[in-house]
Amino acid sequence: MPTLHFIATTMISDLNLTILFASVIAGAAPVVIAAIGETITEKAGIINLSLDGTILLSAMTAFAVAYETDSLLLGFGAAGIVGACVAGIVALFSIYLGQSQVAVGFVLTLMCRDLAYFLGNPYSRLQGPQASPLPLPFLKEIPFLGTVFCNHNLPVYLSLALIFISWQYIYRTSYGLKLRSVGENPEASFVRGINPRKIQLTYALCGGFLVGISGAVFSLAIKPGWGRPQGAEGVGWIALALVIFGGWHPIRAAAGAYFFSFLQVIGIHAQTWLPNAPAQVFQVAPFPLMIFTLVLMHLAQKEAVLNWTEEKAWLRTLIRMFSGTAPQSLGKTEISN
Amino acid sequence: MLMNWGGRLPVNVTDSSKINQMQLSKSLLSGFKLLLNGLLTLTVVFCFTTLILLIAGAPPLAAYYHIFKGSLGSWITFGHVVKTWIPLTLCSTGLIYTFRIGLWNIGVEGQIMMGAVFSTAMLRWGADWNQPFGVIGLAYGAGISGGAMWAIIAGFLKTKGGVNEIFAGLGLNFVAQGLILWLIFGPWRRPGVASMSGTEPFPYELWLSNWPGLRIAPAGLALAIGAIFLTALILKYTRIGLNLKAIGNNAQAARLFGLNPKHHMLLAMLFAGGLAGLAGNIQVTGIYHRLLPAISSNYGYLALMVVMLANYNIWAAPLVAFFFACLNVGSIQLPMALRLDSSLSGVIQGSLVLATLAVQAWRVKRNK
Repeated sequence: MPTLHFIATTMISDLNLTILFASVIAGAAPVVIAAIGETITEKAGIINLSLDGTILLSAMTAFAVAYETDSLLLGFGAAGIVGACVAGIVALFSIYLGQSQVAVGFVLTLMCRDLAYFLGNPYSRLQGPQASPLPLPFLKEIPFLGTVFCNHNLPVYLSLALIFISWQYIYRTSYGLKLRSVGENPEASFVRGINPRKIQLTYALCGGFLVGISGAVFSLAIKPGWGRPQGAEGVGWIALALVIFGGWHPIRAAAGAYFFSFLQVIGIHAQTWLPNAPAQVFQVAPFPLMIFTLVLMHLAQKEAVLNWTEEKAWLRTLIRMFSGTAPQSLGKTEISN
Repeated sequence: MLMNWGGRLPVNVTDSSKINQMQLSKSLLSGFKLLLNGLLTLTVVFCFTTLILLIAGAPPLAAYYHIFKGSLGSWITFGHVVKTWIPLTLCSTGLIYTFRIGLWNIGVEGQIMMGAVFSTAMLRWGADWNQPFGVIGLAYGAGISGGAMWAIIAGFLKTKGGVNEIFAGLGLNFVAQGLILWLIFGPWRRPGVASMSGTEPFPYELWLSNWPGLRIAPAGLALAIGAIFLTALILKYTRIGLNLKAIGNNAQAARLFGLNPKHHMLLAMLFAGGLAGLAGNIQVTGIYHRLLPAISSNYGYLALMVVMLANYNIWAAPLVAFFFACLNVGSIQLPMALRLDSSLSGVIQGSLVLATLAVQAWRVKRNK
């Protein structure tokens, strides 16, 4: 992935495991944030397919705002608002106008990308503000773990914290329970006194906000600056794939993000070790793996396959690892209310 | 009515003319409403685009003028529009099949690429046979089968593997893009320098012949127009067309009726992939004469929007495709004339589709 390229090129000369893992953690940060944001949105039953365009538009907004105001905080905030607005459009079209989420999300993907290139034109290739490294005092002294986890900038810490917070929120709070119930069965939730429309809109906005933040992480921290291409192209699709890969579970989605970040860092190394190995293989690796995961998830639900794997322990664990079901009402429009 | 219950219904001349009149006024009214909707949509899009232009600090009227002049201003630019229209129309007609059965064939982008890859392979293989016409003919077949193969993979993943066609298609798009990059920088790289400018151009005999001056390949134009009529014919007058529609409307009922939805899904994917592969072939043989990383030019994604805006209608799709081609070609003038990014065309196209969806839904809501 081009996003990781600059991190990796600085460390090609010596392959230090500590630095390798640290760069995996840093490079995966925006993908983790976007994947968790989309997980939250999809948990409520809304597919926001516009991630790829949203990330670019919010990255452009973040850079432009931070450049004009010289404030990183405003840049991040503006990016989050842009992300929330785009997700809000998908949700409004679905909830109140009964239009297909996939169709609206797809159109927004292309439109936001073009909007980002069009409006971002004056800001391309400019030197702007960027998040400075913020090593955590004392914690960074811990051998190995200190460098891997505690020697980054703020957005990377945010991505690490978000994994835990989102998991706690979705599975350990009553709000999370409401969120999941709307995603699984909006009619039943309505009977229980929950307003599914309000919940869906709220979490679409929340998820979109996080996707916007992930765009800002690109243009203000991981790959500072704006240009055409920015380097964040394709990341939105990877994040969407990771939500499925993770079986709609935030921790597994994040694990997937680290796995692919690792693959890409390794891929860049492989290029130096084996100059003839096609780099493109590593760049597209997430996508065949996503398809493979989806096939496994489908097989895991079939009784014949389960019976067949009964005696093969390793196959059973493999299938169990990849099993996961989508929220029941995912993608459905016009909830009776 | 009641008196004639047992026999034939009376066909009264005055009655039927009354009914005709009523129908006429009704259809006039709905036509008027349609026109009103169209005008409303266009106004919304015009205001939105103008706003975006004002935010970018550009003169809106000048931008619109340059888009118009850059697309329909001269015969040369008109030729470019037709060159864009051909692959766009081929992909759009293909997508009509998949939309009809209710599939979101987002993999059309990768199907164009695989059509281009297979055609290039055929042309490279047959370059020294001294049979240019035969090789070009075989390349058509190779392109169509390349696109169809990629579509069938997505189709099997959907029907056998339970993978949603959107994610299967998207994944395959990226795989196809990776394959093209690998070919251009690997086995098919230019002697000396491998670069984003693509493979070595084919020998001149293997180029699709063009009309002098316009640089449009008549063969491509004929194929695109043929595809429109053939698709309209298949969908309207054959059993396959009826079956696709039946399954798209209600798969459960169609299954009870003895139709196999999975087979028909694969068939629809086959048509869509074949037509996209043909578009890829024309990109290679008729326009670029080599394989480029950006060989698909985003036409697949754009074709999805064309078909949505055309409301999945085979006769409207070519017209919308022409309008989109004008926007694409015309906006190329913007960077030179006004120092704007050419992506304005995408903003107009996207807002047009969104506004149409919103106005349609709003009207349905109001009529309830």
